[in-house]
Amino acid sequence: MADEIRATSGPAGETTGASERPDRGERRPPRGGPGGPRGEGGPGGRKYFRRKKVCKFCVEKIEAINYKDVRLLTQFVAESGKIVPRRLSGVCTPHQRRLSSAIKQARNIALLPFAGRAS
Amino acid sequence: MNRTYELMFIVRPDMTEEDQDKLISTLESAVTSTGGQVKNVDRMGKRRLAYKVRKFQDGIYMLLTVEGSGGLIHELERRLRVSEPVIKFLTVRIDEEQKRLDKIKAIRDARRKTSTAVATPEAAGEAPAVTA
Repeated sequence: MADEIRATSGPAGETTGASERPDRGERRPPRGGPGGPRGEGGPGGRKYFRRKKVCKFCVEKIEAINYKDVRLLTQFVAESGKIVPRRLSGVCTPHQRRLSSAIKQARNIALLPFAGRAS
Repeated sequence: MNRTYELMFIVRPDMTEEDQDKLISTLESAVTSTGGQVKNVDRMGKRRLAYKVRKFQDGIYMLLTVEGSGGLIHELERRLRVSEPVIKFLTVRIDEEQKRLDKIKAIRDARRKTSTAVATPEAAGEAPAVTA
């Protein structure tokens, strides 16, 4: 319970700081990330239940994160071509590390775009 | 010191089959002459590139799995760089990652074996209880 309260109050502070960045809201609407209604960050204002994020790789026991597996990697790349941060995707640190290096390798060999949608 | 590498490279989309064969065979001969070994050759076929490379929108992807030393890779990369139809290449060392995956798999298999070993006597113990 204490965790959940912290989880709601923490990101609420972040959105105010990051709201200048235009790239934020487009990313993953179904996850209920920032961009959702979070006006009431005050005490006792927790109206929206947010599901706890889990690491896809830990849950589905995917160990091989390979740069050739474009279908897997595109799930963690935003429309703009950016790597989705852990804070939004819920991927654990060890897996995010492998994931980001795999995405960078895939970019290098033109399997994924550096910026923008794949043409 | 033998290591396993993956060489992925893209050639121009208008390259003919014979030229591709020729390119691959020259690379293979370069590998074998320096004491390496070609494990696998995979033609992944034509694919749309995520961005333009040398004004090409598509490319023919190829994947070479090679075992050998670092010097061999140096030589192969030099060849790829000077060969005109190759528009992009990437070399990745894969043996350590493979070792890690094998280790994880072994651990998982061992765990599964022990869990089934525990589960079967229980099932055997339960079955008569149900019938009685």
